[in-house]
Amino acid sequence: MKIDRRDFLKLAGYGSAIFISGLVGPGRWADAVDGDGFLFVQLSDTHWGFANPAINPDSAGTLRKAIAAVNDLKTQPDFIMFTGDLTHTTDDDKERWKRLTEVKSITGALKVKTLRYMPGEHDAGLDQGAAFKEIFGPTHYSFDHKGVHFIVIDNVSDPTSSIGDAQLQWLADDLKKQGKNARIVVFTHRPLFDLAPDWDWHTRDGAKALDLLMPYANVTVFYGHIHQENHRITGHIVHHAAQGLMYPLPAPNSVPKKMPVPWDPAQPYRGLGFRSVDAKVAQAVYGLTEYGVKGEKL
Amino acid sequence: MNAMKDRVPAVVIAILVFVLSTFLTEVCSTADEAEQVIKMTAKRYEYNPSTITVKKGAPVVLEFTSLDRLHGFNCPALGIRTDIAPGKVTTLRFVPGKIGAFPFHCDIFCGSGHEGMAGTIIVTE
Repeated sequence: MKIDRRDFLKLAGYGSAIFISGLVGPGRWADAVDGDGFLFVQLSDTHWGFANPAINPDSAGTLRKAIAAVNDLKTQPDFIMFTGDLTHTTDDDKERWKRLTEVKSITGALKVKTLRYMPGEHDAGLDQGAAFKEIFGPTHYSFDHKGVHFIVIDNVSDPTSSIGDAQLQWLADDLKKQGKNARIVVFTHRPLFDLAPDWDWHTRDGAKALDLLMPYANVTVFYGHIHQENHRITGHIVHHAAQGLMYPLPAPNSVPKKMPVPWDPAQPYRGLGFRSVDAKVAQAVYGLTEYGVKGEKL
Repeated sequence: MNAMKDRVPAVVIAILVFVLSTFLTEVCSTADEAEQVIKMTAKRYEYNPSTITVKKGAPVVLEFTSLDRLHGFNCPALGIRTDIAPGKVTTLRFVPGKIGAFPFHCDIFCGSGHEGMAGTIIVTE
């Protein structure tokens, strides 16, 4: 099920358009503004190393502007998650290593020092994640934060866009430790569901991961890859795609050929940005606030 | 008479074998002729040809050769896909069941131009 901007709620106390995720059904929205929680930020698809002035004439500056905007947030997040494609792909292993290292250095300017990374296919598809692992660590892992269990699923190191049986078994084992009402947030690069298979916007064995997640009542997925906001529900699992920070892509299947959206001088940085996520743990809801590159609320 | 009786089954069997073999040869030959064989190459970051035209209901054989590395071929709308490994010919058989233009793409990440490695299968009446 697709969710669009009409579902965004203007909520007192937030001051801008907020998308509440995690509760499906009428009569439960009021819970969203109550309870303790925390904030995290999702940055995605920075594609460091991309060079095409017609698409982004500020390819070297866009990420830095976004970092400055995150640093200027009134409430700093507990952590920042990068959902893949940190770099633009290169066939040169040394250049890939250099670009990944540069991203690590540049993102070190963030005030928040708890930074979590995962690869996209541009980072890991050609070397099965070897350089990424060397520089950033594991490509799939889980962690707990203030009552939420976070799971990072790698669906890119296998160039067939698969999670693979070994990682699926790891996921099954990880989930077994969680109660059925646990607050679970999943980070992936590609969508786990078939958003647009013709455009390769899917995960070949994503349905197996979703089958494992389905018994759990409170699951929300944040992903990247498609360089735009997108909100869907499969079963009771909510999926949120994030904007990118190098070039936007067209809406799924909206044009015959998937190509980056050219830079519009009249609206520079349009379609680029990041989001903050206000996790209300007790209610298992996530308030999303979308920002442009310079920190303007969208 | 006994010798004649012994020969009848042998003659009948011989005739049956001849008729059957002729029939089967014709059937197989017809099937082969009905298949449309299309040779395609795959390399970073293109298929050649990138547009192919086939007929609805007519069997198609795609014969792929990779000129460099492992690629994929995936046409979700027609429900067909295969890996294309270098060093051998990969054969994919299908019978188009619907008319239209159906995109296909490489679904094994192969480098900077991967996202543009795509084409179209046109199915006509």
